[in-house]
Amino acid sequence: MNGRSDVTSHPVGDGSTPVVEVRSITKRYGSIHALHEINMKLFPNEIVGLVGDNGAGKSTLVNIISGALEPTSGQIYVSGREVSFKSPSDARDAGIETVYQDLALAPDLSIWANLFLGREEIVRGPLGWIGWLDRKTMMQRSVGDLERTRIRISSVTNRVGRLSGGQRQAVAVGRAVAWGSQVILMDEPTAALGVEQQAKVADLIKNVAGNGTPVLLISHNIPQVYEICDRILVLFHGRIIAELRPSETHVDEIVSWITGAALFGAKANA
Amino acid sequence: MALTTAPREIDNSDAPSGEMPDRVPWFQRFMERIGALWTLGVLVVIVIVFGAVAPDLYTKAAWLATSEYAVEYLILAIGQTFVIITAGIDLADGATLGFSSMAGSILMANMIGSHIGGGFAATAGILLMLATGAAIGIVNGVVITKMKLPPFIVTLGTLTAITGATDLLNNATEVTTLPGFVTRLGTESVLSGWLPVTVLIALVLAVLFGYLLARTRFGLRTYAIGSNEIAARRAGINVDRHLIKVYMISGLLAAAAGLLVTANFSAASPIAGANDELYAIASVVIGGASIFGGRGTMFGTVVGTSIIAVLTTGLVLANVQSFWQQVAIGAVVIGAVAVDRVRTKVGTD
Ligand SMILES: Nc1ncnc2c1ncn2[C@@H]1O[C@H](COP(=O)(O)OP(=O)(O)OP(=O)(O)O)[C@@H](O)[C@H]1O
Ligand SMILES: [Mg+2]
Repeated sequence: MNGRSDVTSHPVGDGSTPVVEVRSITKRYGSIHALHEINMKLFPNEIVGLVGDNGAGKSTLVNIISGALEPTSGQIYVSGREVSFKSPSDARDAGIETVYQDLALAPDLSIWANLFLGREEIVRGPLGWIGWLDRKTMMQRSVGDLERTRIRISSVTNRVGRLSGGQRQAVAVGRAVAWGSQVILMDEPTAALGVEQQAKVADLIKNVAGNGTPVLLISHNIPQVYEICDRILVLFHGRIIAELRPSETHVDEIVSWITGAALFGAKANA
Repeated sequence: MALTTAPREIDNSDAPSGEMPDRVPWFQRFMERIGALWTLGVLVVIVIVFGAVAPDLYTKAAWLATSEYAVEYLILAIGQTFVIITAGIDLADGATLGFSSMAGSILMANMIGSHIGGGFAATAGILLMLATGAAIGIVNGVVITKMKLPPFIVTLGTLTAITGATDLLNNATEVTTLPGFVTRLGTESVLSGWLPVTVLIALVLAVLFGYLLARTRFGLRTYAIGSNEIAARRAGINVDRHLIKVYMISGLLAAAAGLLVTANFSAASPIAGANDELYAIASVVIGGASIFGGRGTMFGTVVGTSIIAVLTTGLVLANVQSFWQQVAIGAVVIGAVAVDRVRTKVGTD
């Protein structure tokens, strides 16, 4: 659906430049090896699943690509050019948008303010420097951004602190989708959503990828990952131990990789 | 920061358009409306009650006494509003008032002593005051953000250090040789004597900074930082730089208050500003700001300051022993916080 039938024509290593590539990313917290020599590529139109048990290092990897964390070593390339993100705004400027696991929303601000925080539309004042917020424009655009998530939400002037967990998640997803021009990283974007809403976000993700922007999807909902992803990377104790394609695997096998059972027992079947 | 990417338009033709967003329950809206008006209601009640006990409250003299008394606290509270909304606190603003006005006044007195023109001395002295206040604010902000220390501890430290430094500046004595411009600032008024210039300046500052807080990007980011600092950082806001600016504003306004206090008394006193931070913080909190950050308005702060000022004048006019004033103000602060707690529990969060 959504014109994504061409997606499988982008297998890894077909010669096209990855939108985002990480090479040998390692992250240590003191003696904890959160990530070890991670290599990963995201190509246009792809939905890549990143799965793994709690503490496997998924959020750490996402936070490194989004500029929220600095890696201990390793490189990141965006469209073939090496980048070094000193802050999340560097990554945002490079077109990388993130739905953080903790959502990164300001509860006291309205929905529209959260959607535009850090990229506010302003009306320049007479002297050119003391401008004011263009609330009307931001509110109008916010309505559209949220409609895309197709999750029922209160008026965009409401404070985020008053929303339900699922509505907050919709705001975070809507923000990422509205601004992500190169790649969208989603750290458990559907964890707080009901079944119907999860399906809506899944459609949205397909829609986004169908328009060219790759999505890195972290989720503990393995059937969902299996259904919508083109490739699935399994992270186990900070290492990518398997790269699976839904056409060549099944949910049980993915789970056995996540738990590590596949590593030690049924590896021959993989 | 420049807008580098425009929000992307995605084909959305199949999105349901008829789905109306659910409405906020009426009582939540009601409580929010009340939120803004509640403190104003308290002010009105206080004015009525004290007016009944002491009808002199409705005289021009009482108005002038009250409003001139409020100037100092209002200007400090304006800066404190920004600081508190970021979930910080500036305990040093009263001390900054004292130090910066003393430093500027010494310069003015020396220039006048060297037969330099009063206008020139006034300009140099006022600039030095403002620069000193801003510098102290910047120091606070830098130490808080770069050394990652709690604002309470840092500004408690600067409060103590600056208080001592003020006494060192002039051996703990007053400076009374001031340019005519400065002393006139404390005596002139407009609207046939009803509006002292110092009060006018304080109100103009409240409007300007209220606009900055409520209508600009700077204001929005101030709320964002206090509401969720990590979210603000991830939204690309340079939180450290923003906080340094906020503390600088607080220091700058403390210096402006110091100038007006000096003008009012025609002297720079070594004890000017002492304990003022308590009244400034009380004004902001009474005005509905949350000390946990993210919430507060300039309107609330103006009303909060007015409550403290009317309470003080009213108790004097009602012949209540002056010690009771502080007891009363303390009770109002605690009451305001308690009411805020109830209000947020009822439905706005
Ligand atoms: N700030 C930190 N300091 C020390 N260790 C950390 C820190 N953040 C994460 N870790 C450790 O790094 C490892 C990876 O954590 P991470 O949050 O990336 O896991 P995750 O795969 O996202 O897990 P979950 O599914 O629970 O979200 C864990 O062992 C965690 O304890
Ligand atoms: Mg995680």
